[in-house]
Amino acid sequence: MITQLKRQYGSGIEPLSYLGQNYMIVDRSLIPEILQVLRDEEQFDYCVDITAVHYPKREKQFDVLWILYSFPRNERIRVKAMIAEGESIPSVTSIWGTANWLEREAFDMFGIKFDGHPDLKRILLPDGWKGHPLRKDYGIIEQDKEWVQINLGIESGQ
Amino acid sequence: MTDNSKYLSHLELGERDETFLDSNELIINMGPQHPATHGVLRVILKLDGEKVLGTECVIGYLHRGVEKIAENRTYAMFNPYVDRMDYVAAVSNGLGYCEAVEKLLNVEAPPRAKYIRVILTELNRIASHQLWLGTHALDIGAITPLFYTFRDREEILKIFEKYCGARLTTHAFRIGGCQYETYDGFERDVKKFVDFVTPKIDEYEELLTTNRIWVERTKGVGTISDKDCIALGVTGPVLRASGVKWDIRKALPYAAYSEMDFEIPTGQNGDTYDRYLVRMAEMRQSLRIISQAVEKIPEGPIMAKIPKVLKPPVGEIYHSIEAPKGELGYFVVSDGSTQPYRLRVRPPSFVNLQALDLMVRGQLVADVIAVIGTLDIVLGEVDR
Repeated sequence: MITQLKRQYGSGIEPLSYLGQNYMIVDRSLIPEILQVLRDEEQFDYCVDITAVHYPKREKQFDVLWILYSFPRNERIRVKAMIAEGESIPSVTSIWGTANWLEREAFDMFGIKFDGHPDLKRILLPDGWKGHPLRKDYGIIEQDKEWVQINLGIESGQ
Repeated sequence: MTDNSKYLSHLELGERDETFLDSNELIINMGPQHPATHGVLRVILKLDGEKVLGTECVIGYLHRGVEKIAENRTYAMFNPYVDRMDYVAAVSNGLGYCEAVEKLLNVEAPPRAKYIRVILTELNRIASHQLWLGTHALDIGAITPLFYTFRDREEILKIFEKYCGARLTTHAFRIGGCQYETYDGFERDVKKFVDFVTPKIDEYEELLTTNRIWVERTKGVGTISDKDCIALGVTGPVLRASGVKWDIRKALPYAAYSEMDFEIPTGQNGDTYDRYLVRMAEMRQSLRIISQAVEKIPEGPIMAKIPKVLKPPVGEIYHSIEAPKGELGYFVVSDGSTQPYRLRVRPPSFVNLQALDLMVRGQLVADVIAVIGTLDIVLGEVDR
């Protein structure tokens, strides 16, 4: 499957494997096309998870990850794309319905914008919160002091 | 392109006459502090009379930033935190986490540790299902099952307490195996429990399976098809009740499950009643697994040879297990240091809860309670 995709998309795909788990690094411009192909033609019908990893020292700071599973093939694969700060990435809500909340969580925690998402807003943190906690520059005891002061009426702190 | 709009609806709350006099539509707020939402879940319901037109879940009230905490703790220090996500199935959480880190370290737990893990995890699955059954039945109006299930769940908690000292947040496993050897009489206690609880499950079923009120309140309620389940990423008993025979213990076996003989119970209709039957059957299968494991438990060490300071090589891994609620996955990224660079938890409750909207649309308000119960969510895991 991967060799076929590689032939089709050339240098846009870099298939890799670590500890027996397959994943591929895909050029941002191939999203969502490659994910659509994986679902429609390669039977990856179940989107397990969508998440991100922040590497502040890299030029393209974020890894966006799609973990996919195929019921007919009993196989998992991870697709990874890299984006820079402020760059957005197409939403896959039209491919897998489950992407709705998962993308909202990635947006909430990392501030990654998903183009075409029907209702991209915070999901775990309150709507007015400033900052994205899972970014590496966000401290572990950091809070939105202003939000805490206005909404809870207390000084921020642990 | 497929049309996924039915999965994506959200409430437009701002565009209406504030007096609500213009139509029969009514927007009401359920929770966050409502006994039937099983925690701090807030659901905004849009109603036409008693019929639900749409819902929106507001979550995050229990958000503690578990994934952020993980980045600031060593691998071993983070282990007890995972118990506090799905706190009614702490052992399963610990199993998933330990196995994910073990994979990243490229070590394997010794066979004896794997068997201990299977026994405790399956006991925990029964405890989780018992708690689900008791509270779910209580929501629908049957009080008796709650007392029965809590009485019997107590026996499981006693075994946990004797094994590791804790009843709920057990921290039963360590990376590389188990910290504690089984106590004297562990096998006897487990066997005694199996003999004790087998007739009790029949007793629960006697109370409910043919009970007319129960059947009326659950049959055809909150129906979800197999296609919708897969599109929404719903896993666990909810998926199986819709007819998909898929269980990670069979599909991608972990621990010692490949050596166990058990069935995957499934339903056909994908309604609340079928989910009830599937979970009841799962409890029996868990008892089967426990009896086999306790007979076959090998001798030997319980801890693999791992370094005192855990420094997994640079890399990333995704590992998931079949938790009582569905697929519980851990995605761990290591940068070669003593702390995870990134740790993502794929929580089954969070993903399953997304199906609530589709399941209750067109149903009655009272059925929303039944559907929240049947999804078997734990808000500690939804919000993390």
